[in-house]
Amino acid sequence: MKISVRVNGKQYQREVEPRTLLAYFLRESLGLTGTHVGCDTSSCGCCVVVFDGDRAVKSCTAFAVQADGHEITTVEGLAQGGKLHPLQQAFWDCHGLQCGFCTPGMLMSSYALLAHQPSPSETQIREALAGNLCRCTGYQNIVKAVQQAAGELQQPAPAPEPEPVAS
Amino acid sequence: MSTTIEPESEKHALGQRMKRKEDPRFLQGRGRYLDDITLPGMLYLALVHSPYPHAKIVKIDKAAALAVDGVVAVLTGEDLAAHGLAWIPTFHGYDKQMVLCVGKALYQYQEVAGVIATSREAALDGAELVDVEYEPLDPVIDPFQAREDKTILRDDRENKTNHIYHWEVGKRAETDAALAAADVKINERVTFQRCHPAPLEPCGIVADMNGATGRLTLYLTSQAPHAHRTVVSLVTGIPEDKIHVVSPDIGGGFGNKVPVYPGYVVAAAASVVLGVPVKWVETRTENLTCTGFARDYHMDVEIGATKDGRVTALKVTTVADHGAFDTAADPTKYPAGLFGIVTGSYDFATAFTELDAYFTNKAPGGIAYRCSFRVTEASFAIERGMEMLARKLGLDPAELRLKNFVRKEQFPYPSPLGFVYDSGDYHTTLRKALDLIGYDDLRKEQAEKRARGELMGIGISTFTEAVGAGPSKHFDIMGIKMFDSAEIRVHPTGSAILRAGTKSQGQGHETTWAQIAAEELGLDPQNIIVEEGDTDTAPYGLGTYASRSTPTAGAAIAMASRKIRERARKIAAHLLEAAEDDVEWADYKFRVKGVPENAVTMQEVAFAAYTNPAPNTEPGLEATFYYDPPNLTFPYGAYVAVVDVDRETGFVKVRRFLAIDDCGTVINPMVVEGQIHGGLTEGFAIAFMQEIRYDESGNNLNTNFTEYLVPTSLETPRWETASTVTPSPHHPIGAKGVGESPNVGSPAAFVNAVMDALAPLGVTHLDMPLTREKVWRACREAATA
Amino acid sequence: MFPAPFDYHRAGSLDEALALLARYGGDARVLAGGQSLIPAMRFRLARPAVLVDINRLDELAYVRETDGVLAVGALARDAALERMPRLAEAYPMLAQTSAVVADPVVRQSGTVVGSLCHNDPAGDWAVTALAGRAQIVVRGASGTRTVAIDDFLVDSFATAVGDGEIALEVRFPTAPPRTWGSYQKIERKVGDFATASAAARVTLAADGTIAGAGVAIGAAGPTARRVAEAEQILHGAKPTKEVIRAAADAARKKADPAADTRGSVEFKKDMAGVLVGRALTAALEHLGVEGLR
Repeated sequence: MKISVRVNGKQYQREVEPRTLLAYFLRESLGLTGTHVGCDTSSCGCCVVVFDGDRAVKSCTAFAVQADGHEITTVEGLAQGGKLHPLQQAFWDCHGLQCGFCTPGMLMSSYALLAHQPSPSETQIREALAGNLCRCTGYQNIVKAVQQAAGELQQPAPAPEPEPVAS
Repeated sequence: MSTTIEPESEKHALGQRMKRKEDPRFLQGRGRYLDDITLPGMLYLALVHSPYPHAKIVKIDKAAALAVDGVVAVLTGEDLAAHGLAWIPTFHGYDKQMVLCVGKALYQYQEVAGVIATSREAALDGAELVDVEYEPLDPVIDPFQAREDKTILRDDRENKTNHIYHWEVGKRAETDAALAAADVKINERVTFQRCHPAPLEPCGIVADMNGATGRLTLYLTSQAPHAHRTVVSLVTGIPEDKIHVVSPDIGGGFGNKVPVYPGYVVAAAASVVLGVPVKWVETRTENLTCTGFARDYHMDVEIGATKDGRVTALKVTTVADHGAFDTAADPTKYPAGLFGIVTGSYDFATAFTELDAYFTNKAPGGIAYRCSFRVTEASFAIERGMEMLARKLGLDPAELRLKNFVRKEQFPYPSPLGFVYDSGDYHTTLRKALDLIGYDDLRKEQAEKRARGELMGIGISTFTEAVGAGPSKHFDIMGIKMFDSAEIRVHPTGSAILRAGTKSQGQGHETTWAQIAAEELGLDPQNIIVEEGDTDTAPYGLGTYASRSTPTAGAAIAMASRKIRERARKIAAHLLEAAEDDVEWADYKFRVKGVPENAVTMQEVAFAAYTNPAPNTEPGLEATFYYDPPNLTFPYGAYVAVVDVDRETGFVKVRRFLAIDDCGTVINPMVVEGQIHGGLTEGFAIAFMQEIRYDESGNNLNTNFTEYLVPTSLETPRWETASTVTPSPHHPIGAKGVGESPNVGSPAAFVNAVMDALAPLGVTHLDMPLTREKVWRACREAATA
Repeated sequence: MFPAPFDYHRAGSLDEALALLARYGGDARVLAGGQSLIPAMRFRLARPAVLVDINRLDELAYVRETDGVLAVGALARDAALERMPRLAEAYPMLAQTSAVVADPVVRQSGTVVGSLCHNDPAGDWAVTALAGRAQIVVRGASGTRTVAIDDFLVDSFATAVGDGEIALEVRFPTAPPRTWGSYQKIERKVGDFATASAAARVTLAADGTIAGAGVAIGAAGPTARRVAEAEQILHGAKPTKEVIRAAADAARKKADPAADTRGSVEFKKDMAGVLVGRALTAALEHLGVEGLR
């Protein structure tokens, strides 16, 4: 089946089998390996991407054909013009990642949360991230990071020197 | 109330809360994990698993699988036997392991065959169609039943018994006598349930046999790439120079990525035979059912004490369940790991511990999940034991501990079970914890609540662990001594590259190793690039697990840096036109003694090393150091948990948890806090919701994340952290390592708290996980008693 | 962890969806949220030959109050309900349920109607639908019908929706004034199915007695079940601790759970009672009743 999908602002046309899972389509057909696969029961959230700007979707529990005609944002689409998204910056500042495997999913679930709830309380953040598992951080610094990013997005500070993002 | 670990003094890099250098790529989805690696012509491997826990394999019919479009080959144990790969040695040396079933399946989900195909889907389609005929046999699930040897599970072994080994240390007769003479005794069975480290990234390999160069490259989720390279060479006969192991970014290890798994061997064999790259990435189900589990120790804990609460003797007798093969990656002389740390933080006059290990029809393993080589089990046993002793004596558990701690003046402390603890100040750390948590007020509150029939509990755990394996006199894995290494090369313009024999899976070595070197060399840590994991370039090391990296590689980095500094001093003397002995390193500069303004920086020296070397010296500026630690290190801590129990539903709310850790010198407090948060969350999971359980028929009941439970952000408590600093006297920077401390110390704190809450009901011990039903039932039974 | 191959059709209209379902009958499954179906397909426990994707039928993505009911269309996501302003005040039982179904990401795709059609014995929506006296609108070749929730839930994973039919909407009656409800769930962690759950809705008469009640329990049998005995105890009674206890005991008796890794029969039965008691207490306290603890 032919599908047409816009990912991180770029349009793609591809031929897929109906049973191709969206996560594998992103990773292997489009080479966007930032979206990860960590389980087989839709439990871990490492695969979360965002549909149409504000709907978090576990891409291991969706077929690529379902993405036809939609706009998808993956972790690779967060930074703009060489500048990290406030969520990415906040995760960095607050040590909200260790092995990094759950991080793309955490970022995208947080992104969808902030699209609907720009000033979430700590409890609301913990509730919103309860579909994403982490084995390294114990969540505490991730929650801090989302709080920082929410604050930043509400009242952006004057633009400082962009931090070098290449590593 | 502090929730942070404070930085050290105003040092240049050591002790700073430096943001991590590895983060930018992870934040942008540009990490390079195993499954991100795709090579031209790559094939995919899927495994076929036994539904039976114990069965003869009568026949394997490949025809239907081979007929699937895309399937290239189907491999069985028989096929591997033709290449001498049917069995592989285990790290430990007491046993060997089937790669694919040979004649028998010995646990449910054991790997029976491998299907190689041009796509993942085709491999899975093929795997579904491999037709295996089994003749089920009666499984043996309980190690106490295995002990009876009614059904012998391993007919491949010379001794026809399910008993694997016996291990003991200490003074049996003296301890038995002391226990018999004790005023007060406790004797309790304490079980640490089978659980699983379950990192979010599953295990995997891309094996690439390059026919043109004759080199086999293994991209591998490996916590110990050099050790794996050597094992592969020994097992296959391929010379080590022809094997290249690359451990890329790893999404969590926790000991899960130390063993060699059948999937690795089958993929590598397939690549060698077919001459194309072969990828195997396991599913979560395969990860939980086949790869290295953790714990499964049944421990009888006996403690003798005087009537005023001075402990006199400790005896711990353990039955260990290793599953179908003893694949636990212990150092050779330590089949039960470092379990001898079981005397914990206490000064026992005499102690004895013995352990017997058995095979059962369950997945193989035992060493994993942040256990520091069985220190988790030992720590749990002694901390539960002391708690039960306190109850029996009618003493406050904090008071009992303070009475029996090894005292500061006793360090270095030779324990009755053969360790020499390097340093510690247990009294100070526990008192700080009691003060910060407001212990006396909590006990008052508890008394008031008890009067109203409310169940509130306070649990303490004061653990000492042993890490940093280890000194070559005692420690080796497959004969390879457990040193570790660092190689540092300073570039002309003052930046540097550092390679180590360890392999981070999230611990932050790209930052912390740079901090150590930066501190020693006066360089900017942002300009020290750290590499690990590539066996072609990194110096030989034994990898990262058991909290060994800072004690071994961290030391090697300091020592390599000091070697560089010594060479640099010669160059500095040349630049300063002074005698070498007149040049000192102070304030991150080389300066002439007594003339501080006459100084050069390391950057200037580095440049000179290439442009203006001192006469009769080698140009360049680099050093390698292989560090053989003189001893283990002994991080410790005091943890306090406060819980409220809803007796109607059995739900335990962790109201507060305070962790005070002492890991000696702290390299990066932010990184240490993160490690503590993560390890406490794992301990919380183990205490309340995790187990890998097999029913009596040998069915694994916890095969995926819907049954093997990982807590979410909503269940996980908020962690309060603080520290004390008691440096290790034998480590070059006084650091001890800390990654596993939270998993070592916390389960007992949680269980002690719940038992404290249930004390008025007469409940003395419950095994983990403390599920709602378990607590509910204990409350009900107490109510009706 | 990849499904077996299947044919895929994306319906452009409801008629097209119905035609496809009529054509393929039992070989076809509807794909809406897919949050139950796709995991089953990945384990190859479900192997539909055909998937009919209805996600383009935006006209079914509504939640609207009309004619004394809250009508939730087939494509209304759990999250849409969760985010609805005023839901917590006007439909408290629904609001509390929608906050605990599955996990917060799954809820952004999963649908209320889909969950009811899947009918997992430990699912949440069936419990609330029973307590709330919901109705489901089903359409097929033979026309459209409205099925009471009690008749809709046939057995584990089986409902009144036949081959060739689609469930279009679930209707929750708008509650009269002086009504409050509560959904209580015990789960081992977020994302787990219920170990036990209970939904209760009470309406108070002017004299303070209970004018009407709906009580249901989940993870307590092959399907969620109404505790009619509890409803009868409550109806007309003055709300007291003892009445609540009697209703809770009725729930204990009515519960017929299966033992599994979440709990034994004994534990789950007791939890059914505990949760009914807590749901009733919460609802009545909200309505101003005191002395219930």
